[in-house]
Amino acid sequence: MKRVDHVRASREFIADEKHIEFHDKRLWALRTLRDEAAHGIEEWEQLRSLASGIKEHTLTHLADYLEEFERNATSNGVIVHWAKDAEEHNRIVHEILSSHGAKTLVKSKSMLTEECAMREYLEPRGITVVETDLGERIQQLDHQRPAHIVVPAVHKLASDVSRVFSKTLGTDPDNSDVHYLAEAQRDATRPLILNAEAGMTGCNFAVAETGGITVCTNEGNADLSANVPPLHIASIGIEKLIPKLAHLGVFIRMLSRSALGSPITQYTSHFRGPRKGAEMHFVLVDNGRSARLAMDDFWYSLKCIRCGACMNTCPVYRRSTGLSYGGVYSGPIGVIINPTFDLKKYSALPFASTMNGSCTNVCPVKINIHEQIYKWRQIVAEQHDLPFVKTQAMKVAGKVLAEPALYRAAIKAADTAVAKLPRAFIYNPFNAWGKQREVPDAPEQTFRDWYLKNRKAK
Amino acid sequence: MSSRNTILASLRGTQRTPATLPEVPLFDAGLPPALEKFKETLAGMGGIWADRSTDGDLDAQIRARFPDAKVICSAVPEVAGTRRIEEVRDPHELNDVDVGIVRPRFAVAETGSIWLSEVQYQVNALGYLSQHLVALLDPADIVGNLHHAYHRPDFFAANYAVLMSGPSATADIEGVLIRGAQGIRSLTVLPAPRVRVSG
Repeated sequence: MKRVDHVRASREFIADEKHIEFHDKRLWALRTLRDEAAHGIEEWEQLRSLASGIKEHTLTHLADYLEEFERNATSNGVIVHWAKDAEEHNRIVHEILSSHGAKTLVKSKSMLTEECAMREYLEPRGITVVETDLGERIQQLDHQRPAHIVVPAVHKLASDVSRVFSKTLGTDPDNSDVHYLAEAQRDATRPLILNAEAGMTGCNFAVAETGGITVCTNEGNADLSANVPPLHIASIGIEKLIPKLAHLGVFIRMLSRSALGSPITQYTSHFRGPRKGAEMHFVLVDNGRSARLAMDDFWYSLKCIRCGACMNTCPVYRRSTGLSYGGVYSGPIGVIINPTFDLKKYSALPFASTMNGSCTNVCPVKINIHEQIYKWRQIVAEQHDLPFVKTQAMKVAGKVLAEPALYRAAIKAADTAVAKLPRAFIYNPFNAWGKQREVPDAPEQTFRDWYLKNRKAK
Repeated sequence: MSSRNTILASLRGTQRTPATLPEVPLFDAGLPPALEKFKETLAGMGGIWADRSTDGDLDAQIRARFPDAKVICSAVPEVAGTRRIEEVRDPHELNDVDVGIVRPRFAVAETGSIWLSEVQYQVNALGYLSQHLVALLDPADIVGNLHHAYHRPDFFAANYAVLMSGPSATADIEGVLIRGAQGIRSLTVLPAPRVRVSG
């Protein structure tokens, strides 16, 4: 696998001022809405602790809860399958579809099916897969993976969507009105849903006690996909388990508030058994999760409920887009999850962070994201996977920071340099801090000089 | 070994130190008055609270609200509509419905949600293929918050249950909010006390 170069991949996006400015503002607006919603709940911090505690309990008893879930789902009339990896998941889904003679699968958004590259598996085998979520559909028609786990096409402007839809749905290429574009997708999707032989959803929470799953969406597309065709398949990551129905209260109260700042998604749907005359299948997928649970430093990432709050708050994500992370998961959560799949391929991602810790602070299930990013950096450095410029710069920094006299001399020289050197020298390709930003003016005095003058003498 | 047993064995093999399961409180001290809070959050989610017309004629009020509606499909005894849900055999038959009428089992003040299952819908797609939905809600059926909602036994009897909060919505293009994404374009909630069997 080719190594993902996050910096290079983000360059094209950064070059376009209009896109980066909108992207940054839109995601920061979501972060602000999240804050307002969280501050409106007195027990917010208590909810975070409860959510983290419930998830840790479940993950440390996961085999037992999966068996309980399977037992209850089966007695509700659901057919339960187990897939150890992506390939087996895709094969199972294909077998279910072919045994029903299904040619069209309408589906709602699922990061797991992205992770399994399910569309790429099914389409050459004669199955038409239709993403019905608007953002996900835009990305499917543009042959891109979702750039965000909640708002998949957030990096696109209406004019980009207009370009994609005019080529694929036949809309007016000169019309970028958002209502017009959304209505065009609604009109184009409705007949596909009505004619589909099968529907698919992901799963936000799987409740062991009821044997049912909960799916949180806004557009109504998941409920259409699951309630119109006679066959419903749900792909479920095994880490989605929670023990009891009553625990849903904790997670549902925080999920959409963390994601979009709304108290709940428009639809919080609970599927426990098939409709009369219909069939329901659950596919429980491991695909690296049990291996991650065995990693002492990284198993906490399995608590993730995919709200995207860590992405919205991350200054690196907001200024580089999800696509530049080169994997299914992006932003801070992608930085810590992707390397568990393939460390070589994603060894640059742990460096796509300022280590400000904001991701950890907004995480509704209290994943120590920035600490895990730091741990990944250590592992990458130990395996000598750092790029040359970074290792050399770090070597020099190490020497300078270890010697107070050397450090003072360097600071003085740097302050003078920023003030006196020509721009071309400061904004050279080896100084990452000089890209897309101005290096601030140096203070007139160093802290040490100030201290010596004002305090030391007294 | 089957994939099932491989997965379970590798999960058990991790031998993580068992963490204890915390108790979840109901967080219901000092909740605001349920009906007022419900109206406020429903509006925030894009739903419409409509007071009853003075003559109490539900069919007439719904007709007046949706003057262009050709098909009004009712799943409640209080409204006749133009089509009875009992006559619908297959969800696909609901594609031409302009207005669907339902009665949620209960509602949640905190989130402005109404709770519907296959018992209330009879055909679940009524809540999604219809262009508009009208819900008859007994104000006495509103619970304070989601913790109370998730203690309701109704969930254990339903194969399908939804907490519906306003109409379908999307903000997937440039963050512009659109009410009426793939499902219903509007949700109207009308107060209508349930006929309670006494004795």
